[in-house]
Amino acid sequence: MADQPTPLERFINGILPENPVYRQVLGMCPTLAVTNNLKGAMTMAGAVLFVLLCANVIISLIRNLLKPHLRIVVFTLTIATFVTIVDRFLAAYMYQMSKQLGPYIPLIIVNCIIICRCEVCASKQSVFTAAADAAGQSLGYALALASIASVREIMGTGMLFGLRVLPAAWPDWVIMVLPPGAFLTLGLLMGLANYLVARHSAVEKKARG
Amino acid sequence: MNDSLHTENSGNKRVKKNFLVQAWLVIFLSTFFGVALAAIQLTLSPKIAANRLNETLNKVPGLLLGDQAAVPMKIIKRSVTAGAGGVKKTYSVFAARVGSRSVGYVVKATGQGYADKIDVLIGLDGALNKITGIFILGQKETPGLGAKMVDPAWRAQFTGKLTDKPLKVVKTKAHAENEIDAITGATISSRSLCAIINQAVHDVRGPLASGLIPSGPIPSDLNKTKPGKGPNSPSNGHGSK
Repeated sequence: MADQPTPLERFINGILPENPVYRQVLGMCPTLAVTNNLKGAMTMAGAVLFVLLCANVIISLIRNLLKPHLRIVVFTLTIATFVTIVDRFLAAYMYQMSKQLGPYIPLIIVNCIIICRCEVCASKQSVFTAAADAAGQSLGYALALASIASVREIMGTGMLFGLRVLPAAWPDWVIMVLPPGAFLTLGLLMGLANYLVARHSAVEKKARG
Repeated sequence: MNDSLHTENSGNKRVKKNFLVQAWLVIFLSTFFGVALAAIQLTLSPKIAANRLNETLNKVPGLLLGDQAAVPMKIIKRSVTAGAGGVKKTYSVFAARVGSRSVGYVVKATGQGYADKIDVLIGLDGALNKITGIFILGQKETPGLGAKMVDPAWRAQFTGKLTDKPLKVVKTKAHAENEIDAITGATISSRSLCAIINQAVHDVRGPLASGLIPSGPIPSDLNKTKPGKGPNSPSNGHGSK
């Protein structure tokens, strides 16, 4: 266990070095589908934070009882429970938002980010590390969703969080709030992220000699 | 000696292979999570159902009397079944009264749109002659095109349309009384919506006009029973929005 990352490393890794969207390319379905406005994207990120945190903590608590061939069943069961809780909760207290997000909240169950974190971190490390990992990954996911959603909402409607940020003369690029806009934005932003990473590692290589 | 060791080993194996030993955690967790979810469902489901109903009820005064309406209304929910032949359709109709006067009906209609089903509320005046307004409760039409049907400016053209002729969608500027301007780039969505409205108006006009829900002063016997007036009844206080 000595070579396992520490809680702090787990937390930092989730935000940028192992960002779930830009680096691991996981959870693409909601990333593409709910990022046409920032409010929806942030609700989605909040839901993922809750589910990931709860699932990671529970899995970490019972990690010594897991049977290797039954672990995925236990992961799925735990994740599905918390996703259902989020779904019902949104329907009760944020009804309009729950209507807008539609099937993408229940679809968190099959979101690979969460099952991946259960497998990689929570089933092997302590509760504290698992919680830090969940927080870091969720933050990274939230940042990724926010970056895509901001670009799409500003370009597509001239607004951000429903408030006008571009002059009214801005010709709304409708394509940005349509599905093609999601692919365009994600592709360009991912290209940018890869460029930055490549440049960063080149600089590091030079520094080392 | 050898024999007894052998039996012990196989006994151990049998215990290890027993499904309870293998899966006790899964069984325990599913029972535990199941109970927890049932509790959450029991706690939250009345609130979710109320959200759904309130969304409609909040729209009723505005649909019938215009947006500035602030009259306390009594709203009664009824269902109206209509349709010829084997295909029967049931509509939720919200009859609204101010004092003892009927101010109109709001019909909840559902039908197929371009992408998915469209839920629409249709306001009809007390005499069932005019559409007083429509509101889109739910749609999944193309964002930026068909989804523009939720736009108040576009919806406004339905207000005041007469119910005796079916509505017709036109791509050019609407001239005739029963014509509706299509949403640019979303003619199918516009047509679907009009078809839903036409069908619903056609279906509920007869049953409503034949006195299923009395307009005008309420007969005294109906006044006593007051359908929809229970502890959870949304019968008053919805006039503010």
